[in-house]
Amino acid sequence: MFDTFMIHTWIASTIIAATAGILGFFVVLRRSAFAAHALPLATFPGAAAAQLLGIQPLWGLLGFVTIAVVLLHQLQKLGRKDVAAGLVLVTLLAVGSLLLSMTNTYAPAVFSLLFGQVLGVSAADLWPVAVIASVVLIGAMGLYRPLLLQSAFPELALSRGISAGVIDILFLALLGLVTAMAMPVVGALLVFSLLIAPAAAAQSLSARPLQALLLAVMFSMGMIWLAIALSFWTNWPIGFFVGTMGALLFTSARMFRYIRHRWFSTGLPTTMKNQSMKLIPAAQPGEA
Amino acid sequence: MLTWLAHILHWSFLDSGSVQTALLVGGSAAVVCSVIGVFTILRGYAFAGHALGDVSSAGGSASFFLGISPLVGFLGIAGIAAVSLEFLGVRRAREQDVATGIVLGAGIGLSALFLYLDTTTTSTTGAAVMVMFGSMFTFPVSLRGPAVLTAAVALAMMAILYRPLLLSMVDPELATTRGISTRWVGLLHLVTLAAAVALAALSVGAVLASALIIGPAGTAVRISRRPGLAIFLAVVLGLAAVWGGIWMAYESYYWFAGNAWPVSFFVVTIIFLSYLMSVPLQYALWRRIAKPVRMAANAGG
Repeated sequence: MFDTFMIHTWIASTIIAATAGILGFFVVLRRSAFAAHALPLATFPGAAAAQLLGIQPLWGLLGFVTIAVVLLHQLQKLGRKDVAAGLVLVTLLAVGSLLLSMTNTYAPAVFSLLFGQVLGVSAADLWPVAVIASVVLIGAMGLYRPLLLQSAFPELALSRGISAGVIDILFLALLGLVTAMAMPVVGALLVFSLLIAPAAAAQSLSARPLQALLLAVMFSMGMIWLAIALSFWTNWPIGFFVGTMGALLFTSARMFRYIRHRWFSTGLPTTMKNQSMKLIPAAQPGEA
Repeated sequence: MLTWLAHILHWSFLDSGSVQTALLVGGSAAVVCSVIGVFTILRGYAFAGHALGDVSSAGGSASFFLGISPLVGFLGIAGIAAVSLEFLGVRRAREQDVATGIVLGAGIGLSALFLYLDTTTTSTTGAAVMVMFGSMFTFPVSLRGPAVLTAAVALAMMAILYRPLLLSMVDPELATTRGISTRWVGLLHLVTLAAAVALAALSVGAVLASALIIGPAGTAVRISRRPGLAIFLAVVLGLAAVWGGIWMAYESYYWFAGNAWPVSFFVVTIIFLSYLMSVPLQYALWRRIAKPVRMAANAGG
């Protein structure tokens, strides 16, 4: 399991899990699960397009994720947000099905694009993962405070000069980068599981933003490690283990919270909103 | 004139048995999805509707190695997913996003396993493409009856649910005083939605199923605020997209020198373009209404 050919898999998936855990924290806080699901699937045609044009798959993925982010942002301004996310998803996926039918890509390739191909990571694949992960980490650190404030108190953030539109497009851009980075390794559908389940479980257990964020990263990394190991032993697809473990993790976190509240009456954790109040005086220290 | 038109449109395509089955099954999916879609959009359940479609792919892929009809597979898993959504608290607005996400993640995981088992235990190839992107032209004739029956049952359900569902969406407290259980009405809507999604997943594919739920209805509720008119518009749009898509896919064989394009691509493209066109149309229709009302109407979802 720790042979040399597996080392790249362990490194790549650890980086992806950590980044997904951090960004997932904001996805759950902003209730953007649909966008987090739509972006990876809308990026799916990128791989087929790259094959048609004879360029590196990563450029195809980055190209389509840019189209998806811009389209999503524009359509969400025009009407209902969930309808916009759904339509962007299905439209780009349909383009993907057309491109696939043109390239004569055989079925296993489609399967691995959707559900991941973790065991086939090469050393050359590690560079884009590492570079994009560092860009996303720096971006997330820079955006941490405005993003947290904007997610919890949109009106207050507006009064502080933080524009909802700018934050939204920056957040979607970070999400898009994570998507393009993770897709060749864990697949379009798995990126979503890594974004939602660990962060949702973490936020049921802790209402402190930083604590919940770290917990989400830990859950996410633990999940992917266990999934790789199980997938290695059973030969079953990694997507199955990540998906079901995510649901198990979330339901156990909810049960734990319920039991703590019911039997030990330590109370349900206060909401993230109350905790984010602490940010307000710190946001503009020099202000009267 | 008529023969010329028939020649241009290749009406002979109606003679083909597989085209007839595609028109019938796809048409019933379009009607049911458009009707239920209006309620789904108004309730703010677009994500849940989409998730049911993706999750039902687990049923579609299981049907290959279990040797059952794909429709039964899609229906079974979508039904289970609908009940799990309700159980995880999809009704509470604060929980909806995460609850849907968790069910969706678990369902996709199952789907990955079943597709893997398809390739290892049976000689099926291309199950992933068929389940995910649909296979409208390969339906067996035996599918016609069950598909139309499913559609009829779902439509009857919606006829019964029409008033209680609208009332519990508009004013849950009033609905409760009238003796309507909002919880049951909500659950029944979800289960009926699951049936519609299963039909759509069979036609245009599991990952594209929500196009039929969200697209025509999303366009219709932009144009009309009256539920009855919105449902009518959605059905017309849905049928036009599916039948138009089938016809274009059939014709594309001649357009692109023998390389037919997939049906689902045409269906979804028509749906997306009609949504885009509804945006200027809405502003033209609603010009007389005061701006704050328009903004309030658009802020939902």
